[in-house]
Amino acid sequence: MIVYVLRRLGATLIVMAVVALFVFSLLFLTPGDPAAVIAGDVATADDIQRIRAKLGLNEPFLVQFGGWVWRLLHGDLGTSIFTNLPVTTLIGQRVQPTVSLTLLTLVVAVLIAVPVGVIAAAKAGTWTDRLVMGFSVLAFSVPVFVLAYLLIGLFSIRLEWLPVQGYRPLGEGLWPWLSHLILPSIALGTVYMAFIARITRATMLDVLAQDYIRTANAKGLAPRAVLTRHALKNAGVPIITVIGIGIALLISGAIVTETVFAIPGIGRLTVDAILRRDYPIIQGVILLFSGVYVLINLLVDLSYRLFDPRIRY
Amino acid sequence: MKVVSASLRAFALALAFVAGSAAAQEKVLKFIPQADLRILDPITTTAYITRNHGYMVYDTLFATDAKFQVQPQMVEKWEVSKDKLTYTFTLRDGLKFHDGQPVRSADCIASVERWAKRDSLGQKLAEAIESWTAVNDKTFRFKLKKPFALTLQALGKLSSNVPFIMPERIAKTDPFQNITEVIGSGPFKFVKEEWVPGNKVVYVKNTDYVPRKEAPSWAAGGKVVKVDRVEWTYIPDSATAAAALNAGEADWWEQLPPDLIPLLRKNKDIRVENIDPLGSIGIIRFNFLQPPFNNQKLRQALLYVVNQQDYVLGIAGDEKNGHTCYSFFTCGTPLSSEIGAEPLKGKRDFDKAKKLIRESGYKGEKIVIISATDQPIVHTQSLITTELLRNLGLNVELQAGDWGTLITRRTSKEPVEKGGWSIFHTWWVGPDLISPANMAMVNLGEKSWIGWPANPKIEELRQAWFNTSDAAAGKKASDAVQREAFSFVPYITTAQFILPAAYRSNLSGMIIAPVTFLWNVEKK
Repeated sequence: MIVYVLRRLGATLIVMAVVALFVFSLLFLTPGDPAAVIAGDVATADDIQRIRAKLGLNEPFLVQFGGWVWRLLHGDLGTSIFTNLPVTTLIGQRVQPTVSLTLLTLVVAVLIAVPVGVIAAAKAGTWTDRLVMGFSVLAFSVPVFVLAYLLIGLFSIRLEWLPVQGYRPLGEGLWPWLSHLILPSIALGTVYMAFIARITRATMLDVLAQDYIRTANAKGLAPRAVLTRHALKNAGVPIITVIGIGIALLISGAIVTETVFAIPGIGRLTVDAILRRDYPIIQGVILLFSGVYVLINLLVDLSYRLFDPRIRY
Repeated sequence: MKVVSASLRAFALALAFVAGSAAAQEKVLKFIPQADLRILDPITTTAYITRNHGYMVYDTLFATDAKFQVQPQMVEKWEVSKDKLTYTFTLRDGLKFHDGQPVRSADCIASVERWAKRDSLGQKLAEAIESWTAVNDKTFRFKLKKPFALTLQALGKLSSNVPFIMPERIAKTDPFQNITEVIGSGPFKFVKEEWVPGNKVVYVKNTDYVPRKEAPSWAAGGKVVKVDRVEWTYIPDSATAAAALNAGEADWWEQLPPDLIPLLRKNKDIRVENIDPLGSIGIIRFNFLQPPFNNQKLRQALLYVVNQQDYVLGIAGDEKNGHTCYSFFTCGTPLSSEIGAEPLKGKRDFDKAKKLIRESGYKGEKIVIISATDQPIVHTQSLITTELLRNLGLNVELQAGDWGTLITRRTSKEPVEKGGWSIFHTWWVGPDLISPANMAMVNLGEKSWIGWPANPKIEELRQAWFNTSDAAAGKKASDAVQREAFSFVPYITTAQFILPAAYRSNLSGMIIAPVTFLWNVEKK
């Protein structure tokens, strides 16, 4: 297993290098010039040229790429063109809100969706099943931002229970942190929850139709034990896979959620950087995302053995 | 032992209570700015958000008041020699930078020198200056090669770029490189540790600041800070910003889109007001290097069909928030005039326009209007102009992207087939277009602002305006510039509009001005 993990980590480095080259090349081909954005609306072409020269944007592609890789190897992700702050500082400021939002959403969604999916499968064809599936279709159909505005309108404006926007670090207390994340988590997690519930139901139905489940039932095992110990455990691999894929979806979905709820997370940092062509931030964030995705995939793969001892690495 | 422990606990609780009380008593003004503050250097960028940040942190030698008069600000007294070639300035007592250092003549000279390398009016001033000398730490002198009547107006310039005063060591930074240290002598101090770009900017009251005694008037007068702390929270989504104001999470929203005005007016605790007396001005800018708008007759043709009312309604949504303006110089300011404006102001005349198009020799060349969908003011104007040009039978194509793409693409001097452009729209705040000094009016070909018009006659007339010695002569000279401009058409004004502000009714003391100033504001 250790060999497998090391091999995967080695592959991760190759993936990251390819991503880095791809991102750097892509930004070169993208229309938009940070110098023009910095210069503002009243700059002349000469002003823009001077700023380009200052920023080193007139250097050939290979020189810029080489310099970037060299700095990267020294742990330097560069400096934001606009704010002059190190990219690591900017990403550091934004990690906690996004991680908080994503983890809370993930935990709540899994805790609700998996049992709901299991119940729906156990009660397949009944009104409970139809109700669950009806809600999941509805949850799939409502865009995140629409749900977000509805939640703000009800819980923040009308009932005044929760704040409209912003983020408070956990260091300021549990309730300030939680109160600012409840609505964004619901908005972000609803689609995700529906997705996991449907997959859980479908997988469970497959498993429940297997011979060994019939045997377990015939042996007179309690229905709950059959469901949890026999069926759910065997349905675990596809569910975990979907949860893993879902984390990637959550991170990308967080962009909309962070914008609507004015949460200063990585998603908003990325969008702002793209709109302003702040290349060092874009490169840094994409590298970070790539690393996170690869790591999640690795953890998901490793977790398969917990559910299926037949899997060997 | 238990007694000691209990006493310590009680003492700690008392401390916590006192600290809590102090925190509770702190007055925090929660402000939603018009944009995100990205660049901290108000000299390298003309972005209005950075200008507003500049006014929080820095002070100016002179400042413009609500009567368009230039008043001393950091300067205590000044003298102009009889030949108008020597200006001697003496600073007020007690001026101190946020790092505790006194403001010296050398700081002022270095700051003005740096600003003059970036600002169009500053460049004119620099051309006129022979030397700038520090007489002593509080007194400095500008010696001119030739009289420059706008010296004080330049030093008291209201909007971008504003000649803010910084410490000499910072002002020595290359004017094309952003400064990273924010040290001014203004009424607020910037708290860099709490700055989260894209989200939050924090300022605290500068308790060392000594305001002038006069009442505040635009950028002039006493800058008395009546809150302890100001937090700018940038909320990119306007519906969320409205909700935050409704819920009391914000005190003041600097600029709201017209469609949200009715929603906010429903809340009796919120006031929606136009606190900018001049507003902003939309424009159509042509590419003078490429056909077809390198042709004067084609530009003139548009003057006969542009209907400013359409643009007012398109941008502002309501006539209460905008009006027509048939002047190259901001309506409501001393140099505004309708001289030469008949083609733009008169009855809209498509036949006349089509006749001019025929006379121009237009052969159906493709006209590309570049637009930015993430800038509603730009995109609305682009849509209206596209429709207008189509109605004239012109071969027009709207190419929309984002603002970052637009402002890069507009620097292209190539034909439209090679990625160039024919028209783009933008807007300027009123103070930036109040005189022939404005950048859009510079007609020096490729040295001009984007669009690159070349008209030696306008340049001669502008120079004549710079050389005038009194207000009456200045007005006459600016009228002459305008008359020629309506013939040459360097750009077309589309609308003068205001994006209102919204604030909670517990705020008072807002300064009605074209720039948002946060001193004098009281929160109950």
